[in-house]
Amino acid sequence: MADHKPKGISRWLFTTNHKDIGTMYLVFSFIMFLIGGGMAMIIRAELFQPGLQFVDPNFFNQMTTLHGLIMVFGAVMPATVGLANWLIPMMIGAPDMALPRMNNWSFWILPAAFGLLLSSLFMEGGAPNFGWTFYAPLSTTYGPPSTDFFIFGVHLMGISSIMGAINVIVTVFNMRAPGMTLMKMPLFVWTWLITAFLLVMVMPVLAGAVTMMLTDRHFGTSFFDAAGGGDPVLFQHVFWFFGHPEVYIMILPAFGIASAIIPTFARKKLFGYSSMVYATASIAFLSFIVWAHHMFTVGMPVQGELFFMIATMLIAVPTGVKVFNWIATMWQGSITYETPMLYALAFVILFTIGGFSGVMLALTPVDWQYHDTYFVVAHFHYVLFPGAIFGTMAAVYYWLPKWTGRMYDEKLAKWHFWLSIVFVNLTFFPMHFSGLAGMQRRVPDYAIMFSDFNMMSSIGAFGLGLMQLLFAWILIKVCILEKGEKATDRVWEDAEGLEFTHLPSPAPYHSFETPPKID
Amino acid sequence: MSLFRKMALVIAAISVVILSGCSGQEYNMREGVTEISREVYSLHMIAIWVCVAIGIITFGAMFYSMFAHRKSKHPNPAKFSHSTTVEIIWTVIPFIILIALSVPAVSLLIKMEDASDSDLTVMVKGYQWKWEYKYIDGDDNLGNDVSFFSNLDQASRDQSVNAGSGFSGTEITDDNYLLEVDNPLVIPVGQKVRFLVTADDVIHSFWVPDFSVKKDAVPGFINEVWTKVDEPGVYRGVCAELCGKDHGFMPIVVKVLPQEEYDAWYAEKVAAAEAGPDLNERTMSQLMSEGEAAYNKYCSSCHMPNGEGNGPFPSLVGTEMVTGEGSIEEHIDVVLNGVSGTAMQAFGNQLTEAEIAAIITYERNAWGNDTGDKVQPQEIHDIQNGGGE
Repeated sequence: MADHKPKGISRWLFTTNHKDIGTMYLVFSFIMFLIGGGMAMIIRAELFQPGLQFVDPNFFNQMTTLHGLIMVFGAVMPATVGLANWLIPMMIGAPDMALPRMNNWSFWILPAAFGLLLSSLFMEGGAPNFGWTFYAPLSTTYGPPSTDFFIFGVHLMGISSIMGAINVIVTVFNMRAPGMTLMKMPLFVWTWLITAFLLVMVMPVLAGAVTMMLTDRHFGTSFFDAAGGGDPVLFQHVFWFFGHPEVYIMILPAFGIASAIIPTFARKKLFGYSSMVYATASIAFLSFIVWAHHMFTVGMPVQGELFFMIATMLIAVPTGVKVFNWIATMWQGSITYETPMLYALAFVILFTIGGFSGVMLALTPVDWQYHDTYFVVAHFHYVLFPGAIFGTMAAVYYWLPKWTGRMYDEKLAKWHFWLSIVFVNLTFFPMHFSGLAGMQRRVPDYAIMFSDFNMMSSIGAFGLGLMQLLFAWILIKVCILEKGEKATDRVWEDAEGLEFTHLPSPAPYHSFETPPKID
Repeated sequence: MSLFRKMALVIAAISVVILSGCSGQEYNMREGVTEISREVYSLHMIAIWVCVAIGIITFGAMFYSMFAHRKSKHPNPAKFSHSTTVEIIWTVIPFIILIALSVPAVSLLIKMEDASDSDLTVMVKGYQWKWEYKYIDGDDNLGNDVSFFSNLDQASRDQSVNAGSGFSGTEITDDNYLLEVDNPLVIPVGQKVRFLVTADDVIHSFWVPDFSVKKDAVPGFINEVWTKVDEPGVYRGVCAELCGKDHGFMPIVVKVLPQEEYDAWYAEKVAAAEAGPDLNERTMSQLMSEGEAAYNKYCSSCHMPNGEGNGPFPSLVGTEMVTGEGSIEEHIDVVLNGVSGTAMQAFGNQLTEAEIAAIITYERNAWGNDTGDKVQPQEIHDIQNGGGE
């Protein structure tokens, strides 16, 4: 059947096609990634040496705040939603997402949300400057006027995420091809299904937090103000009840990606499929009962601290199971090292390093020394950059030939990988040291004993920034200039999954109009 | 170049660069000077070595597989895809390791949270962007005999702003840059000191790494933390929780003195408090020079040294409140009582009458404001003691 689609801009504005919407999500997230990365460059330039050389402290705080918000809500989350849109229908043998119009709407809310957020940079009093965690009362009583734009921006992002998540849940439960039982679904679909449940459960909590902020700021309530009977720490409890599951929202899809890529290039079935599913579900469950480990210094009762310490340490068990399963998948396989595999393996190793520092941070007595230092910054950048973002890059390299019908430039991609590995470690590894030596987070200037490690981090960060431009060029070559050899339908020698075994490359605009047979 | 050569090269390159930074720089947690901080340090080291050991085993297996099971060496992949025994083993072993790690952590935490039977209590209060220390006398609850503010020293402030711009600024060489204050917190050695930590405006966090003490200062709530320092000395910390613009510029310095020296210091502070404020009349030039110094210390980080303000912080040059007819009362009121809901604090509780008088006089006559107005310490004293609001 021929593709019916409008030409020009209206194709994109009115599209209800999961592939178009997936593409828009991915392009949008890449633009946000570059904007948020640009802010990181400003941060690292200021931290290149002690002293204030480039920006004033207030603007520096705006940069750290927007960098965090844009990377979390604008880059990582939409990127994984884009992958879900592209891949889930093809992986389960469905013609499209279950709710295609809502799909369109949930994407087009995002540019408005980030337009609101970024416009605050040009307002009197400047953009939000209270950190991406926007702790009250710094963000309520003391927030700049633009905080209200931030609040509405966050509301819109939340609505978009909730709609995207509902769509995934409905699609997975209703649109699977006959014979595609739950325990036959590719792990990427599983991890995204669990992610979607996390999203619908915690995004409303975030919406509640920002709404309480709004009424505290303008309507005379005192949720977070002790003078009116409220409690600033309540804000942190509400925020982290959202915030901790949020970190798994960002990383679970990457787990699914690694579980798709490693078996392909090891030419061996994924080891322990069902334990992977159960481990993912356990991680998701535990993520709801560990939120206060972000708050060990706020003055909790010691019993509370003990509970959150133990619960947090437990997360290491299912996470360890996943890592061991990936290694067992490789074990006695027949491994080749194309770029997606390199990224997937780097993901496993570097994410695990982030996991180690996570276990250390869980130990409450030592956390008093780590908390709010660069050690924490090193920890979460290890799980986010070489974790979630390398996972996404692995996915892009792995499925790009299926999406476009063309192979990317393998040579440039290898350069992109090896230099990224050097720079990502050069940027973030020294942060462990500066944090342990006592450098606190979110400062534009620091004592001279931290200068060598900061200079290294800055040089690494500039290199890492450049690498993203190389990534952009690799993508432009394939997607816009249409260069590169034609991909086969299977793309990779032993790729499994309906998108490789049942569909041509590039995948047609409408796929699986009649469901495939699954045995 | 083969994959493994590349990998070795990358690892070597990163290690060389990072290790070159380690020499001569601090790169690990400090052991500190209290029993607790030493226990925290050893728990930290245990945790690191546990992670290193697990890392060596896990990554060792992974690298072995990457090497030995690559296609050129191992062309026929095995077929297995699960093994219940192995899966149970690698669920149970990490579980046991974690339990083993949590045992010392639990007992240490319980010890750290026990602030009972202290010898001395000091109230620590965070402000944007300074600390106040108040010695709470056990005999007459809240007998506020001794209290003072602790600000970043002027030398650090100047060096920070004058570091030049771009990548080729002046190099800062002062070892205590950003880690020095005008009035350090002073405590006696060998005594259990309890800190009651709170804040005036936003959340701050009181952190002294050498004591392994970090506690958030939450406005409206009081947190408790304690230390018992073994050796006299000067120990430096910082505010650890983002608290606004000058979060990076509110260090903590704790001077730990032998008991006799501490007693002498305390007696001197009590005597100074009892002597009452210095309300002597000053000449215009005295007020201006004292005012300039105090302005630069307390006001210039927001209103800028040239008085022109910055972003949300208003300009003081030629504005109605500073130069307007009859505006002097409002001006004094704002400085004394602050503006609620903004970063403008109530300086009446923080500065001496002489400092406030000098600052107001300076603001009304500097930068071409030239109103000729003069405010004396006595006037401020009268307003604060029933004369005004």
